[in-house]
Amino acid sequence: MSGARLAVLGVGAVGRSVIELAEEYGHTVTAVADSSSAVVDAGGVDTPAVLDRKRETGTVGESDPDAALAADYDVLVEATPTTLGDAEPGFSHVVSALDRDKHVVLANKGPVAERYSELRAAEAASEGRIRFEATVGGAIPICSTIEDFGATHITAARGVLNGTANFILSRMAAEGLDYEHVLAEAQDLGVAEADPTFDVEGIDAALKFVILSNVLADGNQEFTLADATVEGITDIPGTALELAAEDGRTIRLIGESTPEGVSVAPRLVPDDGPLSVTGTLNIVQLETTHAGRLNISGRGAGGPETATAVLSDVSRLAE
Amino acid sequence: MTDTQSEAQTHTIRLELVDEPGELLRALEPISAAGGNLLSIYHERGNLTPRGHIPVEVDVSCAPHRFETIVGSLRDAGVNVIQAGSERYDEELVVLLIGHLVDTDLSDTLRQIESCSDASLTDLSLSAPRGRDETSSARLRLKTRSGTNGDALSKLREIADEKGLHVIEPLTEASQ
Repeated sequence: MSGARLAVLGVGAVGRSVIELAEEYGHTVTAVADSSSAVVDAGGVDTPAVLDRKRETGTVGESDPDAALAADYDVLVEATPTTLGDAEPGFSHVVSALDRDKHVVLANKGPVAERYSELRAAEAASEGRIRFEATVGGAIPICSTIEDFGATHITAARGVLNGTANFILSRMAAEGLDYEHVLAEAQDLGVAEADPTFDVEGIDAALKFVILSNVLADGNQEFTLADATVEGITDIPGTALELAAEDGRTIRLIGESTPEGVSVAPRLVPDDGPLSVTGTLNIVQLETTHAGRLNISGRGAGGPETATAVLSDVSRLAE
Repeated sequence: MTDTQSEAQTHTIRLELVDEPGELLRALEPISAAGGNLLSIYHERGNLTPRGHIPVEVDVSCAPHRFETIVGSLRDAGVNVIQAGSERYDEELVVLLIGHLVDTDLSDTLRQIESCSDASLTDLSLSAPRGRDETSSARLRLKTRSGTNGDALSKLREIADEKGLHVIEPLTEASQ
């Protein structure tokens, strides 16, 4: 199975890009669903037509959304919006695919951050496997790097995994502006959402570091968002960045995953160090047992970037 | 090969002195008399110890076996030695404090930090462009004893919490 049949749930920026790029990766989209509709075609759906229809009418087809879950596919792509707590409906989508012994690739952080051990239990009872590279750091291969090294050979992960907060902090430092000014600019540019809470309060970054902790703990311990210490960037005045700059430093929203737990907070870092990436870039540092420190950086968000991670996961499962 | 018996080591001694003329000289005499080499004296005028005395920090170089003699002769001379050891305040810690720094009595905040024996404030920059009722920021540079950065930070966090201030901590592990 090199070309996989995909059922794509969720037609936001990531889902749309997965649908657009699937053919280039040699895969066939046999089902697409958004929150209110679905289209299913065992021979492959007409992806340009489906995306046009979504743009024009807001729906992808005439069928009920559940039809996509029942369709013929090899890999389910779960790209519905991240929800916290019970992580529904994403969690049930994953379980339904695993019950049918199908593989699942997640771009939705909710189930992996909030119900990791249940997810792994459902996987253990299935012929299908789950992968979720796209949930952490967009296009950056973080989970697969940890997998290659082996979780026991990585002692900690830290870094910048929220492009919106990083954009705001680096603009504040560069322009000497206050938080509110830069947030408004970021919203105009589409870098920040109308409701930026998830990003600027550190929740999005925390979910990603919770996922990393789950991966690093390798089943020995489970982490959820409730276990994370989270601090955002909304209280940081421009003067704080100025004082940091005078001393050759800057402030970044840094997350850390260690065996002791998960934390996300604004931290002082050297201005010229690897962690002070600018703009929407992301970076993760992995501390390895025998190979020192590994820095991996790149684009941590965006439709095509995140879809790249999804499709790499699909290709690994299809091998 | 080093002769650990005679090799000179640097020691830091913290004293407190009554604010009276001649006190500093009186405290230093026993050090040189006992064979110690004075490297530096940090006389923290303007700061007071909890007993209302002036803290003084002295770096002395001497052979290890002479150190006890020096501390003993200081005590014999009636000088109050708060702390004596070979640890130097050789680690640096830079943090930002954010909040209503002026309204929450900045000098009291600094005094509390200083009274924590693990840290000594070496530099402060304050930025309060909008006057006293708006949020301001301060950058604090602290010298800490080797291996006590974590203790100094948790003490700092406590002090800040009480006053509703926000501490931005350095990412110590990644910054070396």
